[in-house]
Amino acid sequence: MALVDHTRIEDADFRMSEATAGDFFALLKPRVMSLVVFTAFVGLIAAPVTINPFLAVIAILSVAIGAGASGALNMWYDADIDAVMTRTATRPVPSGRVTPGEALSFGLVLSALSVITLGVLVNWLSASLLAFTIFFYAVIYTMWLKRWTPQNIVIGGAAGAFPPMIGWAAATGSISLESVILFLIIFLWTPPHFWALALFKSDDYSRAGVPMMPNVAGEASTRRQIFAYALVLAPIGVLPWGLGYTTAVYGIVASLLGAGFVWYSWKVLRMSDADRAMKPAKALFGYSLLYLFAIFAVYLGDRLVEHALNLGGV
Amino acid sequence: MDDLELVTLTERQRKARRNRSIAIGLALAALVIIFYVATIAKFGPAILNRPM
Repeated sequence: MALVDHTRIEDADFRMSEATAGDFFALLKPRVMSLVVFTAFVGLIAAPVTINPFLAVIAILSVAIGAGASGALNMWYDADIDAVMTRTATRPVPSGRVTPGEALSFGLVLSALSVITLGVLVNWLSASLLAFTIFFYAVIYTMWLKRWTPQNIVIGGAAGAFPPMIGWAAATGSISLESVILFLIIFLWTPPHFWALALFKSDDYSRAGVPMMPNVAGEASTRRQIFAYALVLAPIGVLPWGLGYTTAVYGIVASLLGAGFVWYSWKVLRMSDADRAMKPAKALFGYSLLYLFAIFAVYLGDRLVEHALNLGGV
Repeated sequence: MDDLELVTLTERQRKARRNRSIAIGLALAALVIIFYVATIAKFGPAILNRPM
């Protein structure tokens, strides 16, 4: 006699999955993950303590998986919003390739795995920061702020700003003012970056009922706020040089990049209400990506050269 | 036993399941390697040199 005599499929929702590994990989938001990996890598390498290269790889991998896990939890919770936005309608959950339950389990398992791996193999300070980042993105931003206030991405931006601090903490076991400045650069960069996107995608956000700044405070107010954030971001970007952490090379490049950010934001500020093509907003969005990548790359290069000179006894 | 209902996978479902199985297998293998090498990296090669 068989252990299971009878198999009956009575659940109307029962279906055999057609999801591939690629669909689950898409849940990790690989493009967002690449920025997280890069900034965490910069924090880890720029730290004044050298870490075993293999443990460094594990630290970066854990941060990448943790960031991906929070992306999966975001896609689980936001499937209803994603379904009505053109930018996100083809994501695995709204398109039906992955069920919400699968996305939730996937996100929870990877969250636990990434935090435990980082804690056991590297250190528990960086693991705690990673756990807090996942919690902040999935619960504070996704479940609470995103649908409630136009300040959603201002406060939620902290989640995207933590990775360099996690990298720094993985190498040193501590938090320093220098790593807090790296956090601040991303934190202040996030609002103008997302509001530039929200300006030319405001129809999407209003259809989904997400209270983004242009839909709540209006486009003119959003443009002014973008410019204000640019004015604060530009000097903060130069601060690592101002406080003596880097050479003048970083200081000069960061100043030029900051001036560029203010210039593009100024063009957005001057944009007419009748301008529906919104080229300045699109240009700022593109430039903001370049800005963040470039400023972290120059900072990394500057720190690496200094490390090399110190090792060479120069 | 006559009313036994079995799930017959479509070609697409079988391919997707195989694809997921391979990915899970590779991920598990990667985890084993990571924890093995990390143990040696953290404790040094001396961990393999234990008096019997």
